[in-house]
Amino acid sequence: MMDGSKFDDALTGEQQIRNFNINFGPQHPAAHGVLRMVLELDGEIVERCDPHIGLLHRGTEKLMESRTYLQNLPYFDRLDYVAPMNQEHAWCLAIEKMTGTEVPRRGQLIRVLYCEIGRVLNHLLNVTTQAMDVGALTPLAFGFEEREKLMIFYERACGARLHAAYFRPGGVHQDLPQALLDDIWAWTETFPAVLDDIEGLLTESRIFKQRNVDIAIVSQQECFDLGFSGVMVRGSGMAWDLRRSQPYECYDEMDFQIPVGQNGDCYDRYLIRMIEMRESTKIIRQCLEKLEQCKGTPVQTKGKIAPPNRGEMKTSMEALIHHFKLYTEGFHVPAGEIYAAVEAPKGEFGVYLVADGTNKPYRAKLRAPGFAHLEAMDHLCRGHQLADVSAILGSLDIVFGEVDR
Amino acid sequence: MSEALREVAELIATRQDEAVLATEVVTHSDQAELTITVVPSSVAKFVAFLRDDPTLQFQTLVDITAVDYPGREKRFDLVYHFLSMRQNMRIRVKAGVREKEIVPSVTGEFQNADWFEREVFDMFGIMFSGHPDLRRILTDYGFRGHPLRKDFPTTGYTEVRYDEEVKRVVYEPVSLVQDYRTFDLMSPWEGADYILPGDEKAPDAAK
Repeated sequence: MMDGSKFDDALTGEQQIRNFNINFGPQHPAAHGVLRMVLELDGEIVERCDPHIGLLHRGTEKLMESRTYLQNLPYFDRLDYVAPMNQEHAWCLAIEKMTGTEVPRRGQLIRVLYCEIGRVLNHLLNVTTQAMDVGALTPLAFGFEEREKLMIFYERACGARLHAAYFRPGGVHQDLPQALLDDIWAWTETFPAVLDDIEGLLTESRIFKQRNVDIAIVSQQECFDLGFSGVMVRGSGMAWDLRRSQPYECYDEMDFQIPVGQNGDCYDRYLIRMIEMRESTKIIRQCLEKLEQCKGTPVQTKGKIAPPNRGEMKTSMEALIHHFKLYTEGFHVPAGEIYAAVEAPKGEFGVYLVADGTNKPYRAKLRAPGFAHLEAMDHLCRGHQLADVSAILGSLDIVFGEVDR
Repeated sequence: MSEALREVAELIATRQDEAVLATEVVTHSDQAELTITVVPSSVAKFVAFLRDDPTLQFQTLVDITAVDYPGREKRFDLVYHFLSMRQNMRIRVKAGVREKEIVPSVTGEFQNADWFEREVFDMFGIMFSGHPDLRRILTDYGFRGHPLRKDFPTTGYTEVRYDEEVKRVVYEPVSLVQDYRTFDLMSPWEGADYILPGDEKAPDAAK
């Protein structure tokens, strides 16, 4: 045994060199959730990447089929839990278009306001955690301090920091107090300075640039082939933004720029997210100014899909019946089908709703941007170093709530 | 918007008359949507036409999904959504599929169809021919059944827990402490049909 006779095969002529397979995750801090990736490595070069998803699959679409339209709304917070209200928005838009409901102006403005807060929440998390994946620790602390403030704005509007359930078909649940609007205004004045701080740490940082410039370059044709949307498309030089090209709510009145990248690499996507946060701050300020002009007007539509107000419910029998029926049976949506999409921070979030005329959706398909983006991992990672995998994953902006549904 | 879509529908119907079964433009509030129903066997060729035609340029595959109608002979509606960023237009392509029917995969035309088709296979059990790697995607390793079919119970068939004695996760048949509750909240004056257990006066059909 010890004379080496058993190992004669290891020294013969050409040896069989085998690629190395490793498991990345399911519990890995750079996986941004529960993702298991089987990586095939040739030395340090990734030859193949096979993401195994579904570890957070909760069967949302199946559950939605046995619940009323209103009961389904909170499931949307649990999809992309980094920017919850943007998802709710898509669901509300789908129902409103099917039922032909008009949203009052103040309701629209509050929605846009909170969608943009959601965008800032999302980009702050993404930019700073991606920076952490490539070695920068400080931006995370800066970013999360701001996120904390924004989540308190969420809490003050609806009582929950994350799972808001604030948008309702026909408007939003409640009006915002003036003090909250003033505080949001005060926040928009201090926030750009924080962005400057984060940019100061990252944009010209040698290490950050070495890890991101020319990593995972996406051409325009690849954007089409891989079904990209949102920042991934804009990074490759196409000014495609649903807020501008297929405007919904009152985005057509807002004045904002759409940043576009040149190279389509991780660094450009980082820059776009930074600029988008500044643009979102601009939209937030415009919303606040416009909200000032319509104080005290209703935030939710009148009619059968919205509850009566509390005072009326206590005095009017019809209002009481309406309230009871709305929260037990729920409203009915006419039979038909619709695809409603919003520009969520991560890309195009869409709801394909098939209604059969009852109080429950017959089928609801949630089209999550992260699903298509994660699918491209194999294509993007090939030929890159193992260390780039986490940088690419961070730049794709993946949240498993929406990928696994 | 709906006028432009109608023109597109006509154009597609004339150029691809052997594939197209029906075209429909529906308007919900301010949003008009074009739905084209095609023969399942010609899906791959048809979507290649949508992508390559210079007046259409539906180059982004947004989504593939299915809807289950157990009562129909063609049980599933396979639904594709496409987006043309250049024309700023959306289109929905539908194909009625029988339960055991095999549909040609569109992975050759759209690279990102890969996972969408895996998801449809996982959730509905629709098979795609020519797909490079038709595995389950969202459900557990070794999962049985297709959850989004209407005849699959919401609670599923198995549940998992960690067993302290055998020191691993074990699979057991679902046992609910309380029955799964489906409330019938439809208005009685809108024709709800109540079936009372043990009601001897009820007509035979309802029992």
